[in-house]
Amino acid sequence: MDLINLSATELKRKILNKEISSKEVVECYLNRIEEVEDKIDAFITLNKDEALKAAEEVDRKIQNGEEVGMLSGIPIAIKDNISTKGLKTTCGSKMLENYIPPYDATVIENIRKEDGIIIGKTNMDEFAMGSSTETSYFKTTKNPYDLNKVPGGSSGGSAAAVAACDVPLALGSETGGSIRQPSSFCGVVGIKPTYGLVSRYGVVSYASSLDQVGPFAKNVEDAALLLNVLAGYDKKDSTSISREKVDYTKRLKEDIKGMKIGLPKEYFTEYVDEKVKNQVLEAVEVLKDLGAEVEEISLPHTEYALACYYIIANGEASSNLSRFDGVNFGYRSAEYSNLEELYKNSRSEGFGEEVKRRIMVGTYVLSSGYYDAYYRKAQEVRTLIKNDFDKAFEKYDIILAPTSPILPFNIGEKIDDPLAMYMSDILTVSVNLAGACALSVPCGYVDGLPVGLQIIGNEFEEEKILRLAYNYEKNRGIDMKIPSLRSEENGL
Amino acid sequence: MAYKTIIGLEIHSELMTNSKIFCNCTTEFGGDANTHCCPVCLGLPGALPVINKRVVEYGIKTGLAFNSKIARETKMDRKNYFYPDLVKGYQISQDDIPLCSGGFIEIEKEDGPKKIRLRRIHIEEDTGKSLHSEDGGSLLDYNRSGVPLIEIVTEPDMNSPEEAKEFLEKLKATLEYIEVSDVKMEEGSLRCDVNINVVDEETGKKTSISELKNLNSFKAVVKALEYEEKRHIALLKEGKENLKETRRWDEVNNETIVMRIKEGAADYRYFPEPDLIKLEIEEEWIEDIKNNLPELPHDKKERFMKEYDLPEYDAGVLTQSKALAAFYEETVKYSKDPKQVSNWVMGDVLRRINDEELDIKDLKFTPKDLGDLLELIEEGKISNNIGKKVLRDMFDTGKSPNKIVKEKGLIQISDEGALKEIVEKVIEKNEQSVIDYKDGKDRALGFLVGQIMKETRGKANPQLANKLILEIIDEK
Repeated sequence: MDLINLSATELKRKILNKEISSKEVVECYLNRIEEVEDKIDAFITLNKDEALKAAEEVDRKIQNGEEVGMLSGIPIAIKDNISTKGLKTTCGSKMLENYIPPYDATVIENIRKEDGIIIGKTNMDEFAMGSSTETSYFKTTKNPYDLNKVPGGSSGGSAAAVAACDVPLALGSETGGSIRQPSSFCGVVGIKPTYGLVSRYGVVSYASSLDQVGPFAKNVEDAALLLNVLAGYDKKDSTSISREKVDYTKRLKEDIKGMKIGLPKEYFTEYVDEKVKNQVLEAVEVLKDLGAEVEEISLPHTEYALACYYIIANGEASSNLSRFDGVNFGYRSAEYSNLEELYKNSRSEGFGEEVKRRIMVGTYVLSSGYYDAYYRKAQEVRTLIKNDFDKAFEKYDIILAPTSPILPFNIGEKIDDPLAMYMSDILTVSVNLAGACALSVPCGYVDGLPVGLQIIGNEFEEEKILRLAYNYEKNRGIDMKIPSLRSEENGL
Repeated sequence: MAYKTIIGLEIHSELMTNSKIFCNCTTEFGGDANTHCCPVCLGLPGALPVINKRVVEYGIKTGLAFNSKIARETKMDRKNYFYPDLVKGYQISQDDIPLCSGGFIEIEKEDGPKKIRLRRIHIEEDTGKSLHSEDGGSLLDYNRSGVPLIEIVTEPDMNSPEEAKEFLEKLKATLEYIEVSDVKMEEGSLRCDVNINVVDEETGKKTSISELKNLNSFKAVVKALEYEEKRHIALLKEGKENLKETRRWDEVNNETIVMRIKEGAADYRYFPEPDLIKLEIEEEWIEDIKNNLPELPHDKKERFMKEYDLPEYDAGVLTQSKALAAFYEETVKYSKDPKQVSNWVMGDVLRRINDEELDIKDLKFTPKDLGDLLELIEEGKISNNIGKKVLRDMFDTGKSPNKIVKEKGLIQISDEGALKEIVEKVIEKNEQSVIDYKDGKDRALGFLVGQIMKETRGKANPQLANKLILEIIDEK
């Protein structure tokens, strides 16, 4: 089936030209999911009937010559921590196994308004806490390039779904790299927008001051198209920022001659796999050829970023996850004889290990007597990290780095070693702390596994990082592979 | 031995904005359980708060009315704890930078005014309500969840239950005056926790602080404080030590009962609310609120004394509540005698209102009606006593005094010709009284006037009747 290999932009054109109907497209992707889902395990919930109904509605609009939204009947998968009215939103947790939100997140409202077709909810690390989807209560998603490998996380389901051609577009969310890292692992494009660009309303909070929703797509243009739908001020989110709307697809094709790029030396240290590093440096050569000026720079507080991130994120998470107490919604233990037991047992049984670990750490860093030494100190360090970026962006348009220091690792390899797992976020968390924007675009393969190039821009400079990514994508000269959907080691 | 009682108060008052502090749900009291709710005030996953500007405005207004300093930059914080009426597992409140700090309320003492200092005033969200059913289960109503509150904390400046009561009355009147709260303790829109301990001034020994809860009326506050004051003094006398504890006022048995012992402070793990941005308050906004602040009770009292030439007592009573003061001022417009209006409002009007627990806004008659009534008396058309009867009728039926007087034929007989006939008739019937009067028994005159009143069903103008009796007796 050819349709599944088309980009969202091409699908959109064909649907609007009435070459194909939205319903045909949706059916085609539903078939694809059915075909490969038992290998990939990308979805927690499918929205088959509603998706077909919505597609028929778009087709009716097109037939009647009515105006159609930007997504014009293209299927889209949604990470399962984004509230969808009437459709289960589990956050990959037993705690919310049967939770059906009575309202849509603002980004979902936007997608519906623009005639996107919500095809299902994707697997994720529990409450977005993890870098491999292995902490999901339901299943571990597999990397389409090698089913023994993790797809990254926490938005691993969305990344794998796009890579496996289950959908042309998907939504993920980031707190410390949860879009970029799985994009890198699965060989797709993923954007972490500037904090405040996309509404968080209806997105189940992990760490409020860091969370941000962003798109996954097969190519840069598609990602820009979806970002157009997501971005915008929302009065329901006090942290969203009011600014003029930008069409992110408009200036993609402009050249990048004279664009100034900084390569932070702290992002090319011994922590980074040599092969990954080389792949990224090859990409740098491509950009130089396109007229970009590249220099080495320093972001001196990088070494504190990971610790700073885990203190702030866990502190906020410990409070954000307090509402899951077994009283009003979500899992309630069957075993309790008083209120305290209701709380203790519901939370002990409803949350997984990693979530409980982070709640405990977060509770600790906010406790009186420790707050100043941890949470307050981390906020101060966060300011220093942001200052590093501000200073760099005074001189440079873009900061380039690998997205992940390592290649996709084996399922089970790091799940029992939290610190090793946390290390895989080392190149992504700083951007979240600084509130800047960044994306990951595939820059080739090492040992048959995808490598991601991280393109970081100043606040609200999505247009610039997308333009650079688009220029790179068109000129990278890499033969992009279609994922094998096989376990490479044992050749299954 | 001399004991000094030390009292500090913590007051929560619901702000009467139309919508809740972080969402658009109504703040209306009552309603079926869980009908004034949305994802935000139910704390559903993903829902986010947006601060209601009006709440900040009301907070500032309160601070200005109590002479507090308004923070130019402040923030909301999360107070983390678990309780079923708290939907998110944290309350959005304010920690280290309250909206208003400092300030005071002045209470009247026999030896002059006394300042009770305020520590802080901050804004926060209310919680839902737990209802306990008979079968031992608990039900939760979140209509109140997210209703805006101000928390006012005093310094421990009160030294008697009476002072605490005075303070609360002043506070209540002011909140009502500036129209930020309807201060109904019965509906829970004003709640008060109390801290009390006692110092032996000779030895310097003091009892540990008791915090009192479940105080549902000012009366309960006073009674509970009186009980505690005695209990603490007894502890000192007996040389016993008490623990720092929270006690509940039991209204049925008129005593306080231990709820929990306070071992160390609870750790609420306060941190800045990351879902909201900092609040930057512009000087102009504060100025604007200040300029639009209504007249406060104290200022109004002073003005009443000056403008209407009222005694301090009258001015104090009339300015107790904004509605009463407004009623008085409106009535004065229709009368020539402000003191007379004050006598009637403080007397018959207020008595009836208090006896029947009426709300002055619900009276069936208007200030103009009362003014008209006082004019009828002034002009001699009806007597004072008839006036009181007419007022009672006004309370019951809401009819205008002129209508009541007309319908019941209560116009005073001031026509000499008409009254003279009646006087002659009465004197004819009571010759003995005439003789008695002539013999110097003054009481007889009173009897004759009484008979005339009886004959006219109270309508005779008493001065005129008096005059006519004397004239006729003299002629005889």
